[in-house]
Amino acid sequence: MNRKWLVGLLVVSLALFAWGCGKSSSSSGAKSSVLEGGAGANATELEYWTFVELHGQHFQKMLEKWNAAHPDRQIKLKVTVMPYDDMHNKLSIAVQTGVGAPDIADIEVGKFPDFLKGTPQLEPLNDVVEPYKDTIVKSRLDLYSKDGNIYGAPTHVGAAVAFYNTEILKEAGVDYKSIVTWDDYKKAGQQVYEKTGKYMGTADTSALWQSSIMLAQQGKDFTDDAGNPVVNSPELIKGLSILKDLQKSNVIATIAGGQPDTEEAYGEFNQGNYASMMMPFWMMSRFINYMPDLSGKIAIAPIPVIEKGMPRSYGGGGTGTVVTKTAKDVQLAKEFVAYAKLSLDANIEIWNTLGFDPVNQDVWSMKDVTHNPDNKYVKYFINNPFDVLNEIKDEIRLIKSTPASPTINNVLGTVTLNEIFEDGKDVTQALNEAQKQIEEQLK
Amino acid sequence: MIGRFLYSQKVAPYVFVLPFVLVFLVFWIYPLASALEMSFQKTTLGQGAHWIGWDNYAKLAGDSVFRKAVANSVVYMALTLVILIPFPMLFAVWINNKSLWGREFFKSSLFFPALTSVVVAGTIFRLMFGEMQGSLINSFLGLFGIGPVKFLKEQATGFVALLSLATWRWTGVNILYFLAGLKNIPDEYYEAAAIDGASAFQRFTRITMPLLKPTTIYVITISVYGGLAMFVESMMLWNGNNSPKNIGLTIVGYLYRQGIEKNELGYAAAVGIVLLVITMAINLVQLTLTGMFRKED
Repeated sequence: MNRKWLVGLLVVSLALFAWGCGKSSSSSGAKSSVLEGGAGANATELEYWTFVELHGQHFQKMLEKWNAAHPDRQIKLKVTVMPYDDMHNKLSIAVQTGVGAPDIADIEVGKFPDFLKGTPQLEPLNDVVEPYKDTIVKSRLDLYSKDGNIYGAPTHVGAAVAFYNTEILKEAGVDYKSIVTWDDYKKAGQQVYEKTGKYMGTADTSALWQSSIMLAQQGKDFTDDAGNPVVNSPELIKGLSILKDLQKSNVIATIAGGQPDTEEAYGEFNQGNYASMMMPFWMMSRFINYMPDLSGKIAIAPIPVIEKGMPRSYGGGGTGTVVTKTAKDVQLAKEFVAYAKLSLDANIEIWNTLGFDPVNQDVWSMKDVTHNPDNKYVKYFINNPFDVLNEIKDEIRLIKSTPASPTINNVLGTVTLNEIFEDGKDVTQALNEAQKQIEEQLK
Repeated sequence: MIGRFLYSQKVAPYVFVLPFVLVFLVFWIYPLASALEMSFQKTTLGQGAHWIGWDNYAKLAGDSVFRKAVANSVVYMALTLVILIPFPMLFAVWINNKSLWGREFFKSSLFFPALTSVVVAGTIFRLMFGEMQGSLINSFLGLFGIGPVKFLKEQATGFVALLSLATWRWTGVNILYFLAGLKNIPDEYYEAAAIDGASAFQRFTRITMPLLKPTTIYVITISVYGGLAMFVESMMLWNGNNSPKNIGLTIVGYLYRQGIEKNELGYAAAVGIVLLVITMAINLVQLTLTGMFRKED
């Protein structure tokens, strides 16, 4: 009797287990949908992979416009959304082996150098980018280029700005507009901590936004001109030492999740536990989607600098949309990508739908677009985001993306910043060790 | 002719083992051989490979992150052995007690975690061990005045989370193995021992443990392999393959990072071969010491 029971249990459990496996792989995996965009029966179906669901919404709008404007070359777009790591890993294997790759795909800037290794298995976009070249920020194209070929169409500039929670600042009697240097920030932060017991900002351990900001202010990068990593430069040591000092003075503190752009951190900010963050412009969409309680409380301002007069921003993050070598109709895919991401219409829609700072800076001064009172981003924030953008327009520096970048990101973002801000390790020592480790891994 | 061939007693055994042999050749020996080949090459997918001799292994020998991964895997494996052998054995003996009320219920509820997907379980454990004041474990600790602990950012506490997950998930499975073993021990032995005045503890150490030995050896062997090959638990607990200071990086995690994330398949193959060698070495030593290779008396 007992044995029968055991056999029965085993059979049931195996079946359940198999069901569980199948279930989990589909729920953690891809979500696909075909966008018609008003296309007729003769439309070509193209496949598009992305790791940001919102990007699909933007493509939907642009697809409708494309199909209306090109009745003889209509497109249906099959959009597949996958988690970040998963999508990049799958795409990498697919383009390298030439099997199973989509026609169009989004690649995040931190992963892009991996796709340019050896002979890139992506189509150069030079001819379709050409008509728009003069209207868009050149440095954003450089991010996705190799040997004079442009392989990715940029989405945004990603200008880093400061977001202040004015409710907390008011309680502490601090005016964010008077913060110009990190010294001002420190004084304001100490006041906030004394009066409210809350931290002014975050000490990021799992992302390099703050480190990049500090380097950009001093005109430096993680790599030298030849692309060799130099993470123990006096400039980075100085920058991180300033942050370390802020942490010691209770101005900034580490945050759950390790940086503002994580689920855990959204919760912390939403509850009003931190008064500010320094993040690229696209963080705005996270505020709207994940921190609804802060609506009407957040002000945008330029980031503090080490010394007055230093550049106050850099372009952070980014997504390059690529066309693979195995695309069904390479030319059609290329033209659609350029149309959907680089045309003036596309740039306006990128702001309207995604809340990004478009790479066509003419849009930045179109008052009817940027100050549209019905826009959800305009409604959410206290001041108009573009007023700040236009103020820092000429100060947005570039942090290069090189073949060494993925390794640099990995070592600093998993080991070094944790050692400095969680374990209290000496900044110089930690960065020297990081330099050694990066060199070792790149050998 | 064919009939004679099919009914031949000499051929039949081979026919019966053929499916296994085929599967073994295609899904084990072939990948193993090509991994061995790749570990001596620099391989970029789709762009060919060239021989570089022992370079991958030389690089591996000086790779501090790899050493960290090996240390993590070995410590994890050792700790799972310490937890997941004795406790399931005791639980099994307890559940096997016929006078226990509701044993079927305990049996199935202890086994139930094994049926959940690691992906779901890992995510829930990540939230439970979150560093915020309000996460489950921290609010519990808060009752005793212990401040919020950043579980997933420190080595020791990270392993507490990892081992809790492993214990929760695998205790039931090991209990089932031991229960099956216990069913093969005849009741007469216990009756005889009881008549001779043996205590419960003596019956456990003198009858149960020795007769469970084959089961124990089997459980140890698969636990050694399972511990060293652990990957998904760590990946789900830290929401990706990059834990702070690599505290949760395992050998397979490092293989994944090199092979899939960095597209260095040759180097990753070398990592895999080293893992195979370590696992084989530990298990061969263990099986020899426990006498599995000795001829039956």
